[in-house]
Amino acid sequence: MRLLKLVPDNTQFRFVRLRWVAFTLTLLLTLSSVALLATRGLNMGVDFVGGLMIETGFEQPVKLDTLRSKINHLGVGEASLQQFGNDRTVAIRLPLPPGDDAAVQAVVKKVQAAVVSDYPGASFRRVDTVSGKVSGELISDGIKAVVLAMLGIAIYSWFRFEWHFGVSTLVALFHDVVVTLGFFSLTRMEFDLNIVAAILTIVGYSLNDKIVIDDRIRENLRKYRKMEIGELIDLSVNETLPRTVMTSLSMVLALGSLLLLGGEVIRGFTAAMLLGIVIGTYSSIYVSSSLLISLGVGSQTFGPKEEKSGAERIAKRQG
Amino acid sequence: MLDFPRWKIWGIVIAILFGIVFALPNFFPEASVARWPSFVPHSQINLGLDLRGGSHILLEADTTDVAKQRLGVIEESVRSELRQGEGGRIDIGDVSTAGGKLSFMLRDPGQLDKAVERMRSLTRPVGITGQRDWDVNVVDGSRIVLSPTQSGLNSAVDNAMQQAVEVIRRRIDQLGTREPTIIRQGANRIVVQVPGLQNPEALKLLLGKTAKLEFKMVNVSASAQDVAQGRAPVGSEIIPYPDDPRGAGKIAVERRPVVTGDQLIDASVGQDQYGAPAVNFRFDSAGGRRFARATQENTGKPFAIVLDGKVISAPVINEPILGGAGIISGNFSTDSANQLAIMLRSGKLPVALKVVEERTVGPDLGADSIRSGVIASIVATAAVVVFMLVTYGRFGVYATVALAINLILIMAIMSIFGATLTLPGIAGFVLTIGAAVDANVLINERIREEQRKGRSIVHSVETGYKEATRTIWDANVTNLIAAVIMIAFGSGPVKGFAVVLTIGIATSVFTAVTITRAIVAHWLRVKRPTELVI
Repeated sequence: MRLLKLVPDNTQFRFVRLRWVAFTLTLLLTLSSVALLATRGLNMGVDFVGGLMIETGFEQPVKLDTLRSKINHLGVGEASLQQFGNDRTVAIRLPLPPGDDAAVQAVVKKVQAAVVSDYPGASFRRVDTVSGKVSGELISDGIKAVVLAMLGIAIYSWFRFEWHFGVSTLVALFHDVVVTLGFFSLTRMEFDLNIVAAILTIVGYSLNDKIVIDDRIRENLRKYRKMEIGELIDLSVNETLPRTVMTSLSMVLALGSLLLLGGEVIRGFTAAMLLGIVIGTYSSIYVSSSLLISLGVGSQTFGPKEEKSGAERIAKRQG
Repeated sequence: MLDFPRWKIWGIVIAILFGIVFALPNFFPEASVARWPSFVPHSQINLGLDLRGGSHILLEADTTDVAKQRLGVIEESVRSELRQGEGGRIDIGDVSTAGGKLSFMLRDPGQLDKAVERMRSLTRPVGITGQRDWDVNVVDGSRIVLSPTQSGLNSAVDNAMQQAVEVIRRRIDQLGTREPTIIRQGANRIVVQVPGLQNPEALKLLLGKTAKLEFKMVNVSASAQDVAQGRAPVGSEIIPYPDDPRGAGKIAVERRPVVTGDQLIDASVGQDQYGAPAVNFRFDSAGGRRFARATQENTGKPFAIVLDGKVISAPVINEPILGGAGIISGNFSTDSANQLAIMLRSGKLPVALKVVEERTVGPDLGADSIRSGVIASIVATAAVVVFMLVTYGRFGVYATVALAINLILIMAIMSIFGATLTLPGIAGFVLTIGAAVDANVLINERIREEQRKGRSIVHSVETGYKEATRTIWDANVTNLIAAVIMIAFGSGPVKGFAVVLTIGIATSVFTAVTITRAIVAHWLRVKRPTELVI
């Protein structure tokens, strides 16, 4: 039986040679994401800005404009509408009315009555109300969680490896998070609590790749003490390339089925993770490992250690 | 590599059996599981509200409300202590409660020490630090100031919240709701989760009201003009009266209630003399006596039934009510009368609660989500399995076995801990499917590498497992860091996702490394293969 080999044996890609191109690309991606975030911002869901969200299912496709003007005439504030997966599901977002819960109830009832009178058979699948106070806490908790996760992971890779690895990991993770946020800013996809979970997961998994490659770099640094660092990193990335591709692909297979079949509610969440896998794989290969060169990693980094047999050093990659 | 200790094999077998036994109930409907013999595990994975439909309501108590109540209570007890406490009467004046502090002047500064002593006896120690709930200070030689301490306030809020949870539980139980979850969150919040409720409105009406019931005499001496302008006579106050038949919308009542709802022992829905819905109530014996005395003294005068500071109705007392039972009539529908009866039976909330977050998911959406989640999981598993098989052949089969055991173990652990599966949790499940094979990929790729170097089969496999295990360990610890942070900071759905992820990380290391290793060792020992296709 012949087995599938996606990546041929002993690839010799010169990743490091491209590192200035990669750095430029990375910088461009990061800066444009920051610019997008600064100018367009994120399409925050009610989780983070507070407000009222009514997800409505219609029997027939609806025109958003007609529905919007209908709701805006109710005097319950400016409605923002968003199609949710298909043209028969619409998320209606409204600001929270001043006053207590009874006022909120009144708005919900008013909107629901107006919608049902124009569109018989409409059903209300989900109602979320989040007060400004709670949404503020959700934002600060979300930021705290992402920052803590990044720091925690960077510190772990510092202890497990060396500070160079901690720094390069942190930079790469920062890049992953910012670019993902930029993507959300660009597409105007709703940014809610679930997306924060997705980002945390990206942080965790993007790290998987980096750890695997870092681990191999460390191993090779001890094994081939005379090898030039660029060559050594190329060797390490190439050696782990089959694994990187295989794992990313199996993640993409799993997440892809979730994206296509998992329903509308978690679509943004899945999209964020898929994107994160791609960005994370890119940044493991190009950002964090190449950065190690700039940070001055060398055979001295892990201290003089008993070398393995000379044969292994000579055998190098011929197998 | 070849010698795999017997105890390890047994450990693996036991773990798998245990996983199957505990995961099993999830594959059967709840009703049939209930009929299983008692020695078989019954617990199933809880479905989150987003999957089965229902409401999640976050209530927040107003702590300033608690502070205000405390101030009222301490003022009352200071007055009564100095008027009639042991050690004789001490006259005070210029009482003020401005700024949340109680301060007053002594008429006779010579009584200062005695007064301070008696004030101190009114305060109580709180907590273990020895701090008291009020600080007593003297200003200008004759003014005593009682200021609330933070720990005093904290403990008062804590008490109020404990009571509030009880009251809410009683109210929801009386509504006949199935399996409500009522948990305190933080210092001043309560989470209420009720599954399967299509319309949470009735529930929220029940939760949002304090239900403080008071019977107060109407002050008939206040002129209509005074009432309209909000000028209350001494000892009275002007409060809203939404269903006022005279149309004024406000009414003057005496500040001091004749009786309060605290003394009620029962309330139920009934009818008034015109057949309209009303609420029957009965006082305990002390309340009944007070009510009897008040109605005797005030026959022919109107009294106001006040709920949460608003007048429900203000009937005239036609005759003394001696039996301790009465009826509250007003502009009720059967539903609103029933709600009031429930609230009166369950007691008043010690503090006003506000809804700060609400999420309601209709049961249809929940069912859709489960269906698409299950389909996505199956397709994802199938895709990953096929991918593993075509790439790694025999070792792909082993990875698949490990994946299957992994999924069973995740289900078993979630069932044992009664963990809640949310929609993002399903996503976590699918993600685990994709990620769990990462360990096998790492191992198998390493074995391929070693083989390319011309190593023997056993040596390749052994080195592959040894070298990859270290990497797998590092990779999973970092994932665990992210997952644990999500559990700590995440709320609701995010937490549900992180829980599944954490369990998945732990079980996948066991299945993808330990179990496949045992299988591979067995294969190498029994078959002694001369060729390794990987």
